[in-house]
Amino acid sequence: MASSPRLTHLQSLEAESIHILRETAAELQRPVLLYSMGKDSAVLLHLAKKAFFPGKLPFPLLHVDTTWKFRDMYAMRDRAAAEHELIVYRNPDAAARNINPFEHGSELHTQLWKTEGLRRALAEYGFDAAIGGARRDEEKSRAKERIFSLRSAHQRWDPKNQRPELWSLYNTRVRPGESFRVFPLSNWTELDVWQYIEAERIPVAPLYFSAERRVVRRSGAWIMMDDERMQIEAGEQPEMRRVRFRTLGCYPLSGAVESEAESVGDIIREIAESRASERQGRLIDQDTPSSMEKKKQDGYF
Amino acid sequence: MPGAKSLLRLVACGSVDDGKSTLIGRLLYDLGAIPDDQLEALARDSRSIGTRGGELDFALLVDGLMAEREQGVTIDVAYRYFATEKRTFVVADAPGHTQYTRNMATAASNADVALLLIDARKGVLTQTRRHAFIASLMGVKQAVLAITKMDLIGYDKTRYHRIVSDFVALAETLEIPRLAAIPVSGVGGDNIVARSASTPWYDGPTLIELLETAEPSEADRADRPLRMAVQSVARPNLDFRGFSGRLSAGRVKPGDAVRVLPSGRTANVARIVTADGDLPEAIAGQSVTLTLDHEIDCSRGDVIAAADAPCEIADQFQATVIWMSDTPLFPGRRYGLKIGAAQANATITEIRYGFDIDSFQHTPEKQLDANGIGVCNVSLDRDIPFDPFERNRETGGFILIDLDTGETAGTGLIHFALRRAHNVHWQALEVDREAHAAIKGQRPAILWFTGLSGAGKSTIANLVEKRLHSLGRHTVLLDGDNIRHGLNRDLGFTPADRVENIRRIAEVAKLMADAGLIVLVSFISPFRQERELARGLAKQGEFFEIHVDTPLEVAEQRDVKGLYKKARAGQLKNFTGIDSPYEPPARPEIHIDAVNTSPADAAEAIVKAIGAAISR
Ligand SMILES: Nc1nc2c(ncn2[C@@H]2O[C@H](COP(=O)(O)OP(=O)(O)OP(=O)(O)O)[C@@H](O)[C@H]2O)c(=O)[nH]1
Ligand SMILES: [Mg+2]
Repeated sequence: MASSPRLTHLQSLEAESIHILRETAAELQRPVLLYSMGKDSAVLLHLAKKAFFPGKLPFPLLHVDTTWKFRDMYAMRDRAAAEHELIVYRNPDAAARNINPFEHGSELHTQLWKTEGLRRALAEYGFDAAIGGARRDEEKSRAKERIFSLRSAHQRWDPKNQRPELWSLYNTRVRPGESFRVFPLSNWTELDVWQYIEAERIPVAPLYFSAERRVVRRSGAWIMMDDERMQIEAGEQPEMRRVRFRTLGCYPLSGAVESEAESVGDIIREIAESRASERQGRLIDQDTPSSMEKKKQDGYF
Repeated sequence: MPGAKSLLRLVACGSVDDGKSTLIGRLLYDLGAIPDDQLEALARDSRSIGTRGGELDFALLVDGLMAEREQGVTIDVAYRYFATEKRTFVVADAPGHTQYTRNMATAASNADVALLLIDARKGVLTQTRRHAFIASLMGVKQAVLAITKMDLIGYDKTRYHRIVSDFVALAETLEIPRLAAIPVSGVGGDNIVARSASTPWYDGPTLIELLETAEPSEADRADRPLRMAVQSVARPNLDFRGFSGRLSAGRVKPGDAVRVLPSGRTANVARIVTADGDLPEAIAGQSVTLTLDHEIDCSRGDVIAAADAPCEIADQFQATVIWMSDTPLFPGRRYGLKIGAAQANATITEIRYGFDIDSFQHTPEKQLDANGIGVCNVSLDRDIPFDPFERNRETGGFILIDLDTGETAGTGLIHFALRRAHNVHWQALEVDREAHAAIKGQRPAILWFTGLSGAGKSTIANLVEKRLHSLGRHTVLLDGDNIRHGLNRDLGFTPADRVENIRRIAEVAKLMADAGLIVLVSFISPFRQERELARGLAKQGEFFEIHVDTPLEVAEQRDVKGLYKKARAGQLKNFTGIDSPYEPPARPEIHIDAVNTSPADAAEAIVKAIGAAISR
């Protein structure tokens, strides 16, 4: 063993993410941080605050709303908005057509509210870099993506022709209309995120912790009845279960897992032993095989 | 303590189809790192698109793109993360196909160890050599040589040893000092996590044991002299001025003397500011904000270095360049260069030599094609601070950016600075059309204004030129009237003279476009065929036919020069619109309704319409 001091794994990850955030702010004209109220967003926001300390964030936050998030998530958002400039964008088309996951299905719902909503928001505000909390360990096509991921003028990702990305040198050049998705958490795993949340005492939505919740069984997952808009299908029986969420999205599309984990420490132990992947509960990833890659090519985060 | 385990970064490389993805997939599988739902998907995918006749195809665990799964090849790097009791790992599974060599270089750039695979049936191939070469250039000093598909050669010990000794010779040439070899099978799982019964003659460690004991390559980074590339200057209020960046080497404490490069000014560190409070010390790898004891000039791209062991400064150096673009590297062409947080314009002044991958002999080269590797002299338009690459990857490695497309066209590893005198000899520098335009920072274009006499062509063309000029564009305006007074004063208005007139103007416009200029031609040019001739001389996409559309009645009513009156009176023959026809363009690039649009608005619209075409 060399005697020289070394950073811990979490310290290196933190330093790398801060470096990426500072590069984004220094080199892009108009970056924005996508804030979705989940644990990854919470970590990302925390890192951004650290990156620009003692200054303020040099970019606004953007939430591309679907109107179908959990109530707890909207409460989180309000807290973030009290502290930072936060833009809420709702795709007016989706709003006008009253798009919802029950009548229109998860695919169209996601397409219009999220993919199309993000696309329009970026275009309307002229953002040339959208910073997001996606991680490579989440999904097999994400594992392939660069940290600075180029989008064409049509916001498309071309996975077969990505820019080489050497060391920590990021080529941030864009032509008119082109933009970047920047992923400072690329090299973090779910476990890293929770260990960091524990170490830094970062507040996250209570939905991550186990509690008695009103749920129904649907497509092999527990769906929470978060508000009165929830539609029950024939044969479904609402019941109370001790559940928690590993990822958060629109409540009718987010599957909860049965769990006793009530603290961050419990969650870390649970994940270390878990045999199921993080995204298992997400109904939208399972529409078609490789559906994440297709969505990403279309401009989904 | 969570996250206290050491981290090892691994690149899996080797020739196409040698079994890299299968081995990595198998490693993850044998370590139990694959969640159950992904295992179910693997079983399903193996049956529908696997290459193993329905048996588990472990490559599908890492080949995550649709195109990869359909074709059974890796296109881009997959990053996977796993941990054992002893340490955490990031493995980058690189593609073997020659076409995607740049992605392998991407994967190798951050690696501590190269896991180099060789198909036991095929032995060392050209692409194996190329990958080993790139890994060694990238500063990877340790390799694990995995001879895989041992199941397909009946676990033949003799053949295994022959391949290993072939490679040992190669590793010596490439200066990969630490090398271990191991017989494996990705499909059979031999010697990956568990020792194989099929290779009783092999008594070394398993693959995972080898990886758990390998030494991270830059373990001693913190013991080298301080280097921090300044990413930004933090100025939250008038009383605070800090320099933010990530230490790539060394350590720093308040009170330490530092030197800011390239200016060379010195100061002492006052505070190490972080959101967690001031630090007593920061070490390599940390992102911090430093404040200094007195105001000195320091901005993004500068390097803060140890005062007594600063980096070098130069605007010319020798470097090994790995080319990645399908457009070849030519000496004399300009590229954007990024190193650390600094940017400059760079020209390769000379390709000293390239390499023949099969022999590693030096070869003379006039250009570097995609995947070409050459030792080059590089000249910059400003001084930059740097270290030789072998001393520090972050301050010695750069990328070259194509100024037209923005793509990362190549990467370079600095060896040493050149004194100016070494480099006065420029190789085959061709000052061509491209070079003319590039130095002006624009793309040439020909704006061909056509329309009736008095339609407003010259007025609008003048405004367009003024606007372009104010935007820093290099322009020239050829006005029909002026040209007729000089170059074309021998020509009249007969049909033959009209054709000659336009031919000359079109030729002049073309020459000026070749000189890199934006050429504005304001000329009635009534005949479609003539305008097509002019278009034909121009380069595709550079010709803009602009129809300044004013109806005859309006033009005649304005009659600024009194010409219509004369023509009506029969004093002017062959006057366009009166006794000679005007053929309006069928599909002009730009159409201006000159009755309802003010000249200023028209000019603005034109400048906007050509904006993208003239920008680089
Ligand atoms: N019998 C046998 N077949 C193998 C072994 N390893 C890989 N293969 C087969 O070899 C083929 C290529 O394997 P991959 O793992 O995709 O090779 P690769 O090196 O990742 O290929 P690229 O990434 O495209 O360069 C597949 O059909 C594998 O099933 C092995 O150990 N034994
Ligand atoms: Mg592969």
